Amino acid sequence: MRFERRAHVPLHLAVAAPLGAVAAALVLAAGLIGAAGVGPLDAYAAMLRGALGSRLAVTEMLTRATPLILTGLAAATAFRARLWNIGGEGQFYLGALTTAWIGHALPLPGPVGVPVLMLCGMAAGAALLAGPAFLRLRFGVDEVVTTLLLNFVVILFVGMMIEGPLRDPLAFGWPQSVPVDGAFRLPDLVPRTRLHLGLLVAVATAGVVWLVLARTTWGLEARAAGLNPRAAAFAGVSLPATIMGVACLSGGLAGLAGAIEVMGVTGGVTTTMSPGFGYAGIVVAMLAALHPAGVVAAAVFVATVFVGADAMGRATGVPSFIADVIVALSLLTMLVALLFTTHRVRR
Amino acid sequence: MTEVLALEGITKRFGPIAANEDVTLHLDRGEVLALLGENGAGKTTLMNILFGHYAADAGEVRVMGRPLPPGRPRAAIDAGVGMVHQHFALAANLTVLDNVVLGSESLWRPRSDRTAARARLLDLSDRFGLPVDPDARVARLSVGERQRVEILKALYRDARILILDEPTAVLARPEAARLFETLRGMARGGLSVVFISHKLHEVMAGADRVAVLRGGRKVAERATADTTPAELAELMVGRRVERPVRRGRRPGAPMLVARDVRTDGLDGVSLTIRSGEILGIVGVSGNGQAALGALLSGLSPPRHGTVTLDGRDVTRHGPRDMIRAGAARIPEDRNAEGVIGEMTVWENAVLERLADFSVGGFVRQRTARRHADALIERFDLRGAASGTRTRLLSGGNIQKLIVGRGLTTDPRFLLAAQPTRGLDEGAIAAVHAALLAARDAGAAILLITEELDEALALADRMQAIVKGRLSDPVAARDADAGRLGLMMAGDWDAV
Amino acid sequence: MIDALDLLTNASLWAAVLRIATPLIFGVLGALLCERAGVLNLGIEGIMTMGAMAGWLTVHGGGDLWAGLAVAAVSGALMGLIHAMLTVPLGLSQHVSGLGITLFASALAYYLYRLIVTVGESPPTIEPFRPLDLGPLSDVPFLGQVLFAQTAPTYLALATALLLAWGLARTPLGLAIRMTGENPHAVEAQGLDPIAIRIGAVVAGSALMGVGGAFLTMAAFNSFFPEMVQGRGWICIALVVFASWRPGKALLGALLFAFFDAYQLRLQTAVEGVPYQVFLMAPYLLSIAALILVARRAEVPEALMTPYRRGER
Repeated sequence: MRFERRAHVPLHLAVAAPLGAVAAALVLAAGLIGAAGVGPLDAYAAMLRGALGSRLAVTEMLTRATPLILTGLAAATAFRARLWNIGGEGQFYLGALTTAWIGHALPLPGPVGVPVLMLCGMAAGAALLAGPAFLRLRFGVDEVVTTLLLNFVVILFVGMMIEGPLRDPLAFGWPQSVPVDGAFRLPDLVPRTRLHLGLLVAVATAGVVWLVLARTTWGLEARAAGLNPRAAAFAGVSLPATIMGVACLSGGLAGLAGAIEVMGVTGGVTTTMSPGFGYAGIVVAMLAALHPAGVVAAAVFVATVFVGADAMGRATGVPSFIADVIVALSLLTMLVALLFTTHRVRR
Repeated sequence: MTEVLALEGITKRFGPIAANEDVTLHLDRGEVLALLGENGAGKTTLMNILFGHYAADAGEVRVMGRPLPPGRPRAAIDAGVGMVHQHFALAANLTVLDNVVLGSESLWRPRSDRTAARARLLDLSDRFGLPVDPDARVARLSVGERQRVEILKALYRDARILILDEPTAVLARPEAARLFETLRGMARGGLSVVFISHKLHEVMAGADRVAVLRGGRKVAERATADTTPAELAELMVGRRVERPVRRGRRPGAPMLVARDVRTDGLDGVSLTIRSGEILGIVGVSGNGQAALGALLSGLSPPRHGTVTLDGRDVTRHGPRDMIRAGAARIPEDRNAEGVIGEMTVWENAVLERLADFSVGGFVRQRTARRHADALIERFDLRGAASGTRTRLLSGGNIQKLIVGRGLTTDPRFLLAAQPTRGLDEGAIAAVHAALLAARDAGAAILLITEELDEALALADRMQAIVKGRLSDPVAARDADAGRLGLMMAGDWDAV
Repeated sequence: MIDALDLLTNASLWAAVLRIATPLIFGVLGALLCERAGVLNLGIEGIMTMGAMAGWLTVHGGGDLWAGLAVAAVSGALMGLIHAMLTVPLGLSQHVSGLGITLFASALAYYLYRLIVTVGESPPTIEPFRPLDLGPLSDVPFLGQVLFAQTAPTYLALATALLLAWGLARTPLGLAIRMTGENPHAVEAQGLDPIAIRIGAVVAGSALMGVGGAFLTMAAFNSFFPEMVQGRGWICIALVVFASWRPGKALLGALLFAFFDAYQLRLQTAVEGVPYQVFLMAPYLLSIAALILVARRAEVPEALMTPYRRGER
């Protein structure tokens, strides 16, 4: 058996690939649900009801999708340029912490302060990824390992801050950071739900990222640097500048996710505020085949699984870790599906 | 004589393209057979099928009368077939002995018998006149030495039939002559040899018999005693392709001047190219050509020395600044450096001059596509549209794209590094015509090439590059293949 | 600071070094074996989690401790097989596949664990490996406590390191694995199958990772809980680079690392006024520092992360 590159990827295959991957992941996970003594179809039905069955469920799901869109964009922009940013989780936390810290006592009116805080969160995430990017350029240190290790460092740092200088004195000993000022809380999109303005910001950001990557000279150069660094350098693209730029954009997006989560949902920072948004962002990006528009759809899917699995767990007793299993499986099946969109199999 | 090898009706397709079509070949004991053909004629594919790297779609391979199971190199080795790959199949970080013994012992033996292996290797090396140091790391060996290791690998496995893919591509003429002497000696000792080549003179000198491949088919078979280079050339190319001819032209003022340049790979290089002149740099691969190309592409500024273009200092110019100063570049490896295969033709056409095709940071796609369309039209990129993914183009069309995007700006200086490597006759003629046209329009051209014929056909003056140093220039009227061959071997006094 | 220096002469510190090093030794050797054949295995973090869960589960279900280690090895090998199939014959991105394996293996481990132990229940414990009593040897002051009173898997780890060092350097199979990581085309040209060699190395390396994870639940602790691997897998990936892909140096690297870890744990209690998180960060920052130190000098296997497809160059 050998694989042969296709001349063109037909559109129907590009659309079918993630759908097929998700279907395959659900089929594979069905076996595990069966092991819990629950009928897979019942379980999936409970999952769908839990995520999409009511107005409240849908808003919960979209609330969950909001940071995933941004961490997905972070992974997608980095991976397109072959910068292996696996540090989305750390960048998310650092963005969140910075936002809470500055937003707690920022002497600005709300409409000005909110964008300022978003920029602060972005700057924190960007700075965190700029380090590993610099180490790769200067010393040749693989960024995969450094970004992964920094995730642990950041979470410990967050823990240290919220038990120390940034501790919320009103949280009754519960380790939580000081909250952002009420003026900087993002307004609700739907009254009496947690869904907030951040969703629109995330979707608009996806549009902007698409525009930057697809239409600007910088986007073209970043793509060139990712596809073939030697040829890009020959054509005069500065690889260090491009990689640092990509790192700042990617880290910034993950940091923005943290900022928005703080301003939209949690107010303050805890060390458990992210159920793996950074890591799930990688899955989102891959399911989207690294395309910004696809990221929005993929984030909705992943959020559906996570929110639905909680409800399914309550209804049927299947451990909600099944959500992580399904999401991880769909990453693996998507990898295979992508191969079949770009290659055809011969004998 | 006894037949040792037979290929019967071999057919192999890659997608819609037939790389080999019903090819039949026979080889006798003690015979040296040359497989002659242009790039893309299917020579390497045929030998890869013989060795088991590929499985044929149809046909049969027989060694010593017994059919070989398809697609299994191990079976070919066990049957006594040894292959010396053009891109050596060696691990550079391991020793010569490691590379030779791999695969000769059962993997499950608890311990490798190094003492016996070393003795056997030294014995073979002695017997066949192929000296090597068993404990040297391959990375430290010269290409000639690496080739010896490759041949010894085959002999170590008791090869009776030796296949060599373009064995002289990396050798200077004297080294190549020595190689053929060695092969002759082996043939007298009962070995059979097949070598792949596209060079007529070495086929005539080195082989008993020659099979000519064209477009995947065997078009002729001759004893070398019964044929002439002219006949072989015609058989190989099929149609008559007229390569363009250089006309006399008085060169203008010095355009590109390098003085005492030192980089990793260049050791005090000085050269001058005048406007309207082609300077040919000939040499055996790995003598500093890549460093010279990188220097003049703007990729690696020198440690010492200066480069000026039209009187302006460009020593520390990057690629974009070089282009702005009036340079155009054809890189040595078109797929690795010249284009980005996954990008479209228009993107590759404008990538090195993005500033000219953008406004406010946004790419002016329509202008860029129009530019690409014009380029496709002018340089005859067949089957390409501005939106085609570049990797889908043939090597010749990719090269036309690279040449074309450089020449549309009417450059004052053109770097052409191995501009026709791996191209077929039609594409070679097109590239040569484009280079000569640029010269006649007044460009100063640096042609770096390993093909003597190419240098002799195009260059007004020639210099040899050996170990990062340049010989004195020789004018075209004083140059011939013999003299250039000596220069490339470093024998500058004999010139 | 007297306290800090006194710690160094404390036998329990040095005994802890070997104990802390054990999972790292298994992990780093496993990662090294994969990478020597040319495959980066970022599945390690999840595979160690899986091994920890599988080993614990076997013993919890009534199995023998050694059976637990064997099951951990098999579960690791299975995860490795998925990674190998995706990255070797299919040639998919080793980065993404490895991360996928980590996400999948850890999610699967947690899921299976939760099928048995529900939320809120206290984690069931098992009877773990006990330190061996080597009689008079274990009674030698200082050295006895450090070297001769470890659990059996620790000795197994040291033996594995020696075996792998010897096997890679001296056996035909070891040469074939090294050559596959340097230039798979050379391997194919000598009549061996680089694809089979890569798959085999990844599966075997992943089995070692599984055993390394199992040490956590079966010797270091006596129960399984989420997040218990704590980045040890990633540290192993860094240690492979630090060791320049040599088993002997990998063993030393793991011991060195374990020393710093054991030392910081004791410093935490000895030094006051510094948040404990600073000490906990040290291992990760140390790994990054080690990478910076060696990155330019490291002798990377030439074909690492380059997929091999037959007949393509």
